[in-house]
Amino acid sequence: MTVDATTPDRIAVEGLVKRFGEFVALDGVGFRIRAGEIMGFIGPNGAGKSTLIRILCGLLAPTAGRAIVGGIDVARDPEGVREQIGYMSQKFSLYDDLSVMENLRFFAGIYRIPPSQRAERMRFALDMAGLAGREQALVGTLSGGWKQRLALGCAIMHEPRILFLDEPTSGVDPMSRRRFWDLIHTLSAQGVTVLVTTHYMDEAAYCNRIALIDRGRLVIEGTPAELKHHALGGQLLRVEGGELGRLLHDLPGEPGVLDVAAYGNALHVLMHEDADAAASLRHLLARRGLAYARIEPAEPTLEDVFVHMVGVARQPASAP
Amino acid sequence: MKLNRLRAIAAKEVLQIRRDPRSLMLALLLPVMQILLLGYGVTLDVEHLPVCVYDAEGSQASQALLKRFQASRYFTITQVARDQGQVVAGLDRGTCSLAVVVPADFSRSLAAGGRAELQAIADGTDSNTATLALGYAQAVVAGYSNAVQVRWLAAHGEGSAPLPPLTVQSRVWFNEDLDSRNFIIPGIVALIMALIGAQLTSLTISREWERGTMELLVSTPVTPGEVMLGKLLPYFAIGLFDAALCLVFAVFWFDVPFRGAISTLLFITVLFLMVVLGLGYLISVLIRSQLGASQIALLVTLLPTNLLSGLAFPIDQMPAPIRAITYLVYGRYYVTSLKAIFLKGAGIAELTTPVLIMVSYAAVVTWLAARGFKKKLV
Repeated sequence: MTVDATTPDRIAVEGLVKRFGEFVALDGVGFRIRAGEIMGFIGPNGAGKSTLIRILCGLLAPTAGRAIVGGIDVARDPEGVREQIGYMSQKFSLYDDLSVMENLRFFAGIYRIPPSQRAERMRFALDMAGLAGREQALVGTLSGGWKQRLALGCAIMHEPRILFLDEPTSGVDPMSRRRFWDLIHTLSAQGVTVLVTTHYMDEAAYCNRIALIDRGRLVIEGTPAELKHHALGGQLLRVEGGELGRLLHDLPGEPGVLDVAAYGNALHVLMHEDADAAASLRHLLARRGLAYARIEPAEPTLEDVFVHMVGVARQPASAP
Repeated sequence: MKLNRLRAIAAKEVLQIRRDPRSLMLALLLPVMQILLLGYGVTLDVEHLPVCVYDAEGSQASQALLKRFQASRYFTITQVARDQGQVVAGLDRGTCSLAVVVPADFSRSLAAGGRAELQAIADGTDSNTATLALGYAQAVVAGYSNAVQVRWLAAHGEGSAPLPPLTVQSRVWFNEDLDSRNFIIPGIVALIMALIGAQLTSLTISREWERGTMELLVSTPVTPGEVMLGKLLPYFAIGLFDAALCLVFAVFWFDVPFRGAISTLLFITVLFLMVVLGLGYLISVLIRSQLGASQIALLVTLLPTNLLSGLAFPIDQMPAPIRAITYLVYGRYYVTSLKAIFLKGAGIAELTTPVLIMVSYAAVVTWLAARGFKKKLV
């Protein structure tokens, strides 16, 4: 894959590496995002998600690799990139000592929204954030969900073509989260490209495409459906009843068993893809004299995929 | 440089200053407090020195002499001792800084040989005051001595007293009253401007880092030049206001003579403001914590301006190496110029050297500050 300024994708990243001294925050990340797509980056804290967004916004210089945002090489012309992006940082970074309206006015000025459109855009951001009637409230007095929506409002007021949202819903109540995602979908429908990070697995389902990122590496990427059905590379079975602890201990390493994980009161067992995985597992359990109540095919969740893929990705690194 | 971005930044900064009690205090209250405190507190003149007298003779002549001490504006008799021990105790406790002892044979020796001696003991712990006190005491005694001489000559029929062969007619220029306040107060104005200018601006960038707002600001297309200018403009206005406030106090409250032109003063003040605001901004750019930045700002403004600008301690009395350092102290050029404008009525033509130096100083500091601010997080 080669990436240059002629790449039609809104965002194209290739071999991105970022080191902070000894620590490798990003270790050769590459992906593309098309116009109007919502791409979600999922991974634990410290996986490198924020570092990635900061590089794409031109706030950090990559150690190696290259990133094209909106047709512009970020390293060459960070200001050109900044003209077309909206950024919402992980930590709230509006002015707490300014009112809602004053914050909007400040960013309207910074993004040079023409005076004729200013009132309308500010009204739009205000309505979108559901902050109408709170115009004069100091931002420091607002609750988390409102702050996040205001931050999004400030980030989209200048109608950027590309949006970077770094954990926009962390610490926000479920209702607000839901509303937030509705907003993101509205923007995406208008052609805005969105790169969003989260560590909520359930939020991944809202994205057009997902990338799993762990320890600075992109573990896998695809649509939620693709990930669920193909990433596991086997068939997922749900085992109920019996001694879960013993099953969890005895099954790994048995022929045909790829992965075993506890899942609520049941067990998720990933078997080799074959004609009848359930029959193989029944056979195996019978041979080992392990009790169970029921075995049935399970619909993999993204969490299954994530846990499995991270485990696979980490294996070569942890092997001596 | 885009005007609307500049305006947005300046307007935001004004709002933040207005909502920050600390900045408001620094900007509005501190200058008034400082000039009143320092204007009254820092004076190098000696007046109404507490004096302890011990008149061992108690004659008409000795009392006449002591009355002269009381009448002088330099002395106030605060203690009348009844023996030498009380004199020593008074000096020890520090209730008086000068003791005058008239010996028991004062009028007798005066009548006999026309010569009498008296003892003055000064508290030398403050050598400046002690020197001045002894000088003033000598003057008082000389006055008395003259009067005695005249009376003696008159009594002995010599007519008028002989004129001394040489007299010095000294005239003091620029500060005719030799009032130390007249040259200290313009210096205090400089001190306040340096202190406030750098203190206020030292917080402006570090505050954004500390509160996390910088992350968003640098992700916008705003340029470093717009940030700097937009942020400094409000402080520049505050600085000018504070300067005006200090100068009004200096002229109308402390009666410091103002002989120069307002335009000269304005020009030189604008220059000085550019130096101190630029310096504060540079510190703010380099140090990302507000506390650290304000401490450093204090260190680079208050200390050198106070000690090395010639405000209180004359530069030509300093040892050569220290004197060399003073050339680096930007406050020195403003203090010199202020004194010259206030007391000598100097115009720009007479101030070419300090003006040029301040211009270069401002240019270097601003250049460094503009370069120092990078739109990167690390």
